[in-house]
Amino acid sequence: MRALKWTLTALVVALLVAPLIVVAVVSINQNRYMDFPPEGFSLDWYAQLWRDSAWRSSITTSLVVAGASAALAVAIATPLAYLLRAYDIRLTPLLYSLGILPFMLPPVISALGALVFWNAIQHSGRIENIIVSHAIFFSTLPLITVSLAMETMDPSLPEAAQTLGANQRTTFRTVTLPLLVPSMITGYAAAFVLSLNEYIVAFMVSRFAVVTLPIKIVNDLRYGFTPTIAAVAVVFIVIATTMFTLFALFGNLLRFLGADPAILERER
Amino acid sequence: MLAVFFLAPFGFMLATSFYRRIEGGFYEPAFVFGSWQRLAHGVFIERTLFSIGICLLAGAVCIAVAFPFTYFLTRMRRRPHVILLVLIMSALALSEVIVGFAWSVLLGRAAGISNILVWLGAMDEAQAYQPSFVAVLLGLCYIAFPYCILTLYPQLTRLDPEVTEAAQTMGASPWRTFWTVVVPIGRPIIMAGFLLVFVFTLGSYLIPAFLGRPEHWTLSVFISDQATFNANVPFAAAMALFLTVLSLGVVALVMWTESRTRRAF
Repeated sequence: MRALKWTLTALVVALLVAPLIVVAVVSINQNRYMDFPPEGFSLDWYAQLWRDSAWRSSITTSLVVAGASAALAVAIATPLAYLLRAYDIRLTPLLYSLGILPFMLPPVISALGALVFWNAIQHSGRIENIIVSHAIFFSTLPLITVSLAMETMDPSLPEAAQTLGANQRTTFRTVTLPLLVPSMITGYAAAFVLSLNEYIVAFMVSRFAVVTLPIKIVNDLRYGFTPTIAAVAVVFIVIATTMFTLFALFGNLLRFLGADPAILERER
Repeated sequence: MLAVFFLAPFGFMLATSFYRRIEGGFYEPAFVFGSWQRLAHGVFIERTLFSIGICLLAGAVCIAVAFPFTYFLTRMRRRPHVILLVLIMSALALSEVIVGFAWSVLLGRAAGISNILVWLGAMDEAQAYQPSFVAVLLGLCYIAFPYCILTLYPQLTRLDPEVTEAAQTMGASPWRTFWTVVVPIGRPIIMAGFLLVFVFTLGSYLIPAFLGRPEHWTLSVFISDQATFNANVPFAAAMALFLTVLSLGVVALVMWTESRTRRAF
């Protein structure tokens, strides 16, 4: 059993890491064509990301889409979470079914829904289509983080403000909202990352007219491989790993993933 | 408001599925059953059965690896435990584009496994292992595996260590304890994880498109292909609604098994 434990762990780690290592090796290959073992070392393909105008514009587009759609998602989700809470609508079941559903259903369905919608109002192939579609698709993330923050917020804080004479609006602006900011940031970050990575909705809605980074990668791969794609992949991998390492160092990753509190005590 | 956001596209899709397609990539309002009738035809049924088959297989492979792995993970010391979780979360954060690309390189003929084997002298000539059925299956398992672990993890950390200790005190080997105690207790979450992988892989678009030939395409790829390159939106809408119903059925099954899980732990 002990042997099996370490064999299985080693196998899982190898399978998870192998494709990433190969991509990293390819990305620093001097040769234009993929080969193994790599010939020479070069960071040229990373520089290419900035020098090549097509790559640069797709990166800009992606950042604009992710930044704007995440902001819009938070702007939709925060008042919604507040209203649902203020009017005491028990949102857990509603949130669970409506909020989780788009994620559980194949994204092709949402993508096609969005495509049909934009076609119906005769407004297709624009960048704002992707922004709005992503904002709606990913608004559930800030909705979940903000609602959770509201549920765990101490109700005596806004009450204290009102006792001291603040009206409802002032209370919201000076007490509730600042307390919600961390959850809004978390929701924004989650929506931002997912939007940056999203392909199928962006592709269907853009109708070949707007090119985000994932779309650019897929388009390029249709015509064969370039080491620049490997360089982009490595950038994505590094960002993801750094994010979660920081999380593990400064946050409580185990608790976040739903580990039993007892396990945290047990393994000091 | 939320309901409008999420349900409106379905309404539009339902309407569109009855529209008539015009040659040249457009469609006009009508009320014809043509797109729905096409669902009864060979290609669609073939794609549906293939999708269900490969996604069930991916679910089985993922669970077979993820369940024992997660069980071991929850019993590890803090440091390897956290390091492995960081690795898994990083894999989870990778977009399908990157995963599909990475596997196509790894299984390709230019800089993949076979090149490493040739370099080591274990093989004579490099070979391409993609596009193929196994490549699609591997890719699907790779993207679903972290999600699978995330569903198993919270419940398995709650598995009381005294339960397995009791079994071992009474003389069961660790192996026997795993099969006769841990697996039966974990049956509901095994089911939930399996179904989750099934729905999740059913939604994958890029993996089958990258790593497979057209005969390895799943419904997701087929639908997107109809909507974009074939420009037959009404037919794609009809298929998407069918896929919605199929996935909703599985999601309902997941929620039902999850409600039973709460009782088990």
